[in-house]
Amino acid sequence: MIEESAVWLILFLPLASFAVIALVIRPFLNRYAIAAGYLTIAAVGGSLMLSIWALGSVEGRGEGTELLWVHDWMQIGAFDFNIGIMLDPLTAIMLVVATAVSLMVQIYSTGYMKGDPGYARYYAYMSLFTASMIGLVLASNIVQLFVFWELVGLCSFLLIGFWYHKPAAAAAAKKAFIVTRVGDFGFLLAIMYIFFNRDSFGGLNPLEITDIHSAATLGLLGGSVATWIALGIFAGAMGKSAQFPLHTWLPDAMEGPTPVSALIHAATMVAAGVFLVARFFPVFEASSTAMNTVAIVGGFTALFAASMGLVMNDIKRVLAYSTISQLGFMMLALGVGAYGPGIFHLFTHAFFKALLFMGSGSVNHATGTFDMRYMGGLRKAMPWTYATFLIGSLSLAGLFPLAGFWSKDEVLADAWRHGELVGQVVFWLALAAVFMTSFYIFRAFFMTFEGEFRGGADADPDTEPHGEGVHLEESPPEMVWPLGVLAVGAVLAGFAVNPTTDLGIVPIHWFTEFLGAHAEDFNIVLAAASSLVAAAGIGLAYLMYMSKRVSAEALSLSLGPVHRILSRKYYMDEAYELYGVERGIYGGLARGLDWVDRAVVDRFVTTVGWFAVNIGGALRQAQTGQLQAYGVVISVGIMAILGLYLFFL
Amino acid sequence: MTNQDLYILSPELGLAGLALVLILLDLVIERKQVLPIVAVVGLAIPLGFSIALWFDLEGLGLEDSILVNTLEVDKFALFFKFLIIGVTALIVLASTDYVKRFSRFRAEYYSLVLFSAAGMMLLASAIDLITIYVALELTALPIAALAAFNRDARSAESAMKFLILSAISSAFLLYGMVMVYGFTGSTSLGDIAARLGEVGLSPETPFGSHALLFGIVLIIAGAGFKLASFPFHMWAPDVYEGSPTPITAFLSVASKAAGFAVVLRVFYMAFDIPIVSVEWSAIFAVLSALSMSVGNLIAIRQDNIKRLLAYSTIAHAGYLLVGVAAIASRSADGDSSGPSGVLFYLGGYAATNLAAFTVVIAISERIGSDAIDDFAGMAKRSPYLAGVLGFSMISLIGVPPTVGFVTKVYIFGSAVETNLEWLAIVGVINSVVSAYYYLRVVKVMYLSPAPSMEPIGPGLPLRLAVLVAFAGTAFFGLYPTPLLKLAIAAAAGLVA
Repeated sequence: MIEESAVWLILFLPLASFAVIALVIRPFLNRYAIAAGYLTIAAVGGSLMLSIWALGSVEGRGEGTELLWVHDWMQIGAFDFNIGIMLDPLTAIMLVVATAVSLMVQIYSTGYMKGDPGYARYYAYMSLFTASMIGLVLASNIVQLFVFWELVGLCSFLLIGFWYHKPAAAAAAKKAFIVTRVGDFGFLLAIMYIFFNRDSFGGLNPLEITDIHSAATLGLLGGSVATWIALGIFAGAMGKSAQFPLHTWLPDAMEGPTPVSALIHAATMVAAGVFLVARFFPVFEASSTAMNTVAIVGGFTALFAASMGLVMNDIKRVLAYSTISQLGFMMLALGVGAYGPGIFHLFTHAFFKALLFMGSGSVNHATGTFDMRYMGGLRKAMPWTYATFLIGSLSLAGLFPLAGFWSKDEVLADAWRHGELVGQVVFWLALAAVFMTSFYIFRAFFMTFEGEFRGGADADPDTEPHGEGVHLEESPPEMVWPLGVLAVGAVLAGFAVNPTTDLGIVPIHWFTEFLGAHAEDFNIVLAAASSLVAAAGIGLAYLMYMSKRVSAEALSLSLGPVHRILSRKYYMDEAYELYGVERGIYGGLARGLDWVDRAVVDRFVTTVGWFAVNIGGALRQAQTGQLQAYGVVISVGIMAILGLYLFFL
Repeated sequence: MTNQDLYILSPELGLAGLALVLILLDLVIERKQVLPIVAVVGLAIPLGFSIALWFDLEGLGLEDSILVNTLEVDKFALFFKFLIIGVTALIVLASTDYVKRFSRFRAEYYSLVLFSAAGMMLLASAIDLITIYVALELTALPIAALAAFNRDARSAESAMKFLILSAISSAFLLYGMVMVYGFTGSTSLGDIAARLGEVGLSPETPFGSHALLFGIVLIIAGAGFKLASFPFHMWAPDVYEGSPTPITAFLSVASKAAGFAVVLRVFYMAFDIPIVSVEWSAIFAVLSALSMSVGNLIAIRQDNIKRLLAYSTIAHAGYLLVGVAAIASRSADGDSSGPSGVLFYLGGYAATNLAAFTVVIAISERIGSDAIDDFAGMAKRSPYLAGVLGFSMISLIGVPPTVGFVTKVYIFGSAVETNLEWLAIVGVINSVVSAYYYLRVVKVMYLSPAPSMEPIGPGLPLRLAVLVAFAGTAFFGLYPTPLLKLAIAAAAGLVA
């Protein structure tokens, strides 16, 4: 049974690592910046150990129960603000995912970031990010959760813009921050809405997550209250999890260092949106409108993002669209009520997507570019990267018996069984996305590893090589080892859900029942059908990019307009830029506000400022330094009060 | 006098004894650096007694003591004793660099600080007007001497001003006490309250009687001097500027805290009857609004960090008075967060202001100037010191996640509870105005070029003081509950 202090330590270890790097190593010992990496690895490793302990303790307690430690933070009026830890199965799983992937990424980064002048700064941000992510999943109360939610966003901003001297990176960081902020505003509104509706919670503390759960399940939240709360929370989740139409920031975020993409923009932070919906799942369940919204947005995003992944030439962008699409899968699972499968997909996705990103980083380390048109033929030079990337791709495509197969199948099965129109719609959307997924990932796989080498960074006109330029050889062991570990995860993680038979160490439906969710039986027909669809996608990719029996150029020419729309990402960036930013904000809103600002606000503030300064000046005149004057002021003050009372009151 | 009486007085006796020991020690030892160590370590004696008393409160047997109706030992008094002992310890630590400029009388310096602190502790316990007056003088006289310690024209001027204005205000205070005594026939706060319930106050007259009107207004004036509240604040900037900087810090934190202890004690114990409390609550509300406004507005124009902090304490006296004024609805549900708000705010303010002052002591001592412009580039020269000063400025404004934020929210919350919304609004506007001059200090330190890159390098005791004050500011900002619980427990003793 885990102690409360040990759970806090999960949070404080990486936080301490951040503090030491930022306050000691960076200012004084920057010569020993290498220590920052080891410190972070040690801290995150410690957190991982404690997280596993936490998982074991929660598992030992049986289904659907939580460990709760709540402390008073402050009492204002009759209202209690608390801080605390909520350790339930969901938290325990998220803790293990976040710390495990983070540990692999930190180890990998010692190789990838070697020699970077910002080495210590990188690890400071990474430690802070890991701590924030842990704080986010541990929070027992919605305000506390929001604080860490914003901290996570801040770290994302700092890490995307890590190479801030590159204009594209700086712009991407800004874009990520602003676009997610749109969603965060919805989340904040939801918190305020909860607070102002606190009377409908009937004596429960409306900011405590467990009390929100109770209020939702007891039916204290009337239909529209639950809907508004759920939609506000979902707005926040859409921003962080890059759901349509707030997805545009994630592909640009690939400007950050690749390990950052693996940790933050694939495995953990973007999954925080899914976590948020899962965390407040009872509220969503209380409103069918909210559930259907989640399902439709998720299903649409899954297909929409996958379609853009088909035509990207930058390997990281393919993976970025893939991430958006997979997050859509998770959202649609939650939307059709499949709580267990949604979280399970988050769990497996964290392993294989981090693996794929780090594989792309390894490839980049050798070739100096991310553009697949200048890669090819890396199989021989980089056997380990090749093998692990293949495992990741198969897992993402969803082939038996890899992790992605089990989780994707569960999601599809639950959508199929949902029974209503929404379920049918999202099922077909998801199935189409499965086809696209297996196609684009094997397109990337074949373009990168098969055929002849096409020159790398030396041939690519748009790339300034990262690291040591083109050198076709396997990456250093500190980068390859984490790939291997994650590959094992990408193979085995699927068995945690184990829908078929009792395996002894893993009982049947272990994962789902651990989460306290209802488990469905395995549907062999659906599984076969989705596997066939996935295999068809791989087959098409093989024909086009491996055996070249179907010409990719000819196909894209004949589908000219479609291809152009896809590769321009449906023109959404341009539309946002033109209608949102240029005309909407600069042209309309900003011009109007500018006038108000100058004519009303500025004039008011200037006047107040003028008064403040001049009254201050005038009052200062009374401060003559003359002792007699001070005595007079005291006496006059007393007489004024007395006079007021005697003659006027 | 029994042993029990001695025990009740033990914190004050221990402190005064320590002060005497320091003077004697000075005669026999050569190495004067030992003195502050003895002073800080010796503070464990009054601290230990205070802690023991906290746990012995139940069976203390005050009723049988000769001190009954003169001194009260309750959680309220002990809260202030802890606060004053803590502040005194930090002031002694922070003085170690400063006293090097005095060739003689170092022991006297420390023991005067301790004597004054003993007076403040007595003040927190006093429940009789005469005791209050005596304790007040014990507090003030050593400070007048300390203000003159620099032995230059400015220092002497500031001491002179403090002495004379303190005497004037004492005269007002005494006159007010006499009026109250004449009306009620008692000097004990409990008896005064009982008598006011019996005499039948007239609802037509403000305060129920003209004698009480004069008495209470004059007491407010006398106490207002201690608090440095408008319009009794004029001495503060001049005295702050001329005094040795550690003494300025002592004045701005400990002396103010003791002043608030007296005000809460007198008004919540003796003048708690609604017909009277409605009136004084209104006076304090108006003085509160004026104090913060005047303090903040004049502070904008200051170029000297000590004067700036002087006006800042005037403004903070205003914020604190919000809690004193927040009594209106207490009779309705029997509980107000006003007094606990004052204690909570004082705790947070003590940590924050000491963090600011200890850094100012370190920097001014090194660069030989109190001008804000001379703090230019301090972030480069001494990043930690500049960070602490910047952090404490943020806390003085009241921005999260600092202790200044939570205490302000709490004390303004008490105003909203008692239908003083207007005062809370004035307070919030004032907080915004104050950001202007606090952030100017931050701006100069972080954005102006440094004239030299030489680090400040304060001595070890001073570093320790900075660290402790900063830790308090940061810790209670993130986790205010322990302090708040202590404040609520202490204030509950007051209104019981």
